[in-house]
Amino acid sequence: MGIDIKLPIGLMFSILGAVLTIYGYVTKSDPDIYQKSLNININLWTGIIMLIFGLAMILASLLQRKEKEEKQDGE
Amino acid sequence: MMNTEVQFALGWIDWTIMGIYVLFTIAIGFVLRRYMKSSHQFLMAGKSIPAWITGLAFISTNLGALEVIGMAASGAKYGWATCHFYWVGAIPAMIFLGLFMMPFYYGSKARSVPEYLKFRFDEKTRGFNAFSFALMTVLASGISMYALALLMETLIGWDFTMSILISAAIVLVYTYLGGLTSAIYNEVLQFFLIVVGFLPLVFLGLKGIGGWEDLKIRLADVALSGSHQYGAGAYTETWRYLDSPNSNPMGVEWFGMVMGLGFVLSFGYWCTNFLVVQRAMAANSMMAARKTPLIGAFPKMFLPFLVILPGMIALALTTLPDSGFVLPLKDGTYDYDKVVPMMLGHFFPTGVLGLGLTALMASFMSGMAGNVTAFNTVWTYDIYQSYIAPGKSDNHYLWVGRMATIAGVVISIGAAYVAKLFNNVMDFLQLIFAFINAPLFATFLLGMFWKRATGHGAFFGLLSGTTAAAIHHGLTAPVNATSLIKGGWLVGGAENVLKAYPSEMAQNFWTAIYAFSVCFVVTVVISLLTTQKKTNEELKGLVYSLTPRPKEKDVAWFQRPAFLAIIVAIIAIVLNIIYW
Repeated sequence: MGIDIKLPIGLMFSILGAVLTIYGYVTKSDPDIYQKSLNININLWTGIIMLIFGLAMILASLLQRKEKEEKQDGE
Repeated sequence: MMNTEVQFALGWIDWTIMGIYVLFTIAIGFVLRRYMKSSHQFLMAGKSIPAWITGLAFISTNLGALEVIGMAASGAKYGWATCHFYWVGAIPAMIFLGLFMMPFYYGSKARSVPEYLKFRFDEKTRGFNAFSFALMTVLASGISMYALALLMETLIGWDFTMSILISAAIVLVYTYLGGLTSAIYNEVLQFFLIVVGFLPLVFLGLKGIGGWEDLKIRLADVALSGSHQYGAGAYTETWRYLDSPNSNPMGVEWFGMVMGLGFVLSFGYWCTNFLVVQRAMAANSMMAARKTPLIGAFPKMFLPFLVILPGMIALALTTLPDSGFVLPLKDGTYDYDKVVPMMLGHFFPTGVLGLGLTALMASFMSGMAGNVTAFNTVWTYDIYQSYIAPGKSDNHYLWVGRMATIAGVVISIGAAYVAKLFNNVMDFLQLIFAFINAPLFATFLLGMFWKRATGHGAFFGLLSGTTAAAIHHGLTAPVNATSLIKGGWLVGGAENVLKAYPSEMAQNFWTAIYAFSVCFVVTVVISLLTTQKKTNEELKGLVYSLTPRPKEKDVAWFQRPAFLAIIVAIIAIVLNIIYW
């Protein structure tokens, strides 16, 4: 069917990841927030992991699309 | 005494994260809307989805809010032995489904599990299965909606009715627009979200307690304290204390575990429940359909680390005096269902807190959408087209499918309110369905592997299996049972039962074992006494001995289902040994 699910997953994780990363970076000098998470900036780290995963998904989706187009051109 | 009511203070960042998730969920439905031209597309996803997607959807649809909350609760209550639900329960059943049963589901023209029963046996067996399944799925989604709304009410202070209406509306929009495809795509999205939302919790929890070894030491103290006689590792090892029901918190010995959970209950659930089987049937080829449960098995094996571990950590932290974390009490025991939200509130600062709650919401939605999409298919094909209005145009059935989607959501909402009003009614209904489900695997096993099994045999086998389950439940009870819903209703209460099980779980396992055995024997006996009305030609594609083996010649050996199955089995065995 028409859509490649990797793209929306990639987009969502990239956006959420970016939001968390930025928020984590901005709040990094605020010790009160991260007392709960054992003084680990869990927003920043979770954000970065989500961002990497999201971008990887987008990349995989684009590569697959390119491969498909090349296949069609070849025929 | 600490304040047991946690009210999360959510910041704008948390709401932003939830909002982005909801937006994507609905957008997927809108994008898929234009493909929904036939009932085949809407209810069966046009049999067009790649294996990795159906594989993830296969486990995600089962990963509803009740499972996420329930598994963490079991982790706190029973410890690491809860892993048996995965490594002894789900995995062997998923391997069996992929290798042996999928060819019949996917290869026959059946569009649903009940329809398979019609082709293989007869109309009455299908009807029995279709009606009980349809009812069961909408009630199940109602119960989980109730559970979630209750949680949101106590934790975030959301209005009960508002959270029910909003979450139901979101699920309705994307399933109504994009049908099964939309549900499956969203399940994949939800799966990743659940993983990423719970991973930080496990990480912080383990760090807070000092790692796996410290967790073991803490829980050994818990196991050795109190009046029971558990072994020191009873909370952190899976098999070692299963020699006797008295030495582990589950109250189960290895035979009841392997037969009851591993064989009857798990095979019955994973191999015959249309909710999950439907995902595999939506795959784009026979090969993909067979790989669906096998691919799903890989992440499934590691889910215990994500969903059970938080419960054990919560229990350990509760016994640690200066941890600042205490599980709330309810009726004198821990309120285990609060493990996940309490842990989220304890460890997550604003930001990931929004992510964690979004993951909880996602798990709820994947479960509910799964139920709704299974319900509309069984309703449309197995009930409406079969008994109410056969021979209409496909456009008409597409319309009925959409209406059934709305009806499914509306009935779920109704069920949620019934659950709110009469908690016991829901327990009672769940019990009835447990009775209906328990014998089902015997019917499928005989149907698929014994061509002599007849329609009368299957139908009366199922009926007597269900009756046997009810009778066993009526004659036994878990110790300290206070209500007849827990058992002993045939003898007037838990004091007079023939057998008192150490735990509810042990009783459930044995109920299932009796139901299965009775169904098996009765089906065989009645089949031998009645004549097989189906010819060998009719049974082709439905029974193992009459079906040509699926061709795999053009597929490389490492891509074949059997190879995948071996890898899955090896990893599962290794996990069992590591955490023996």
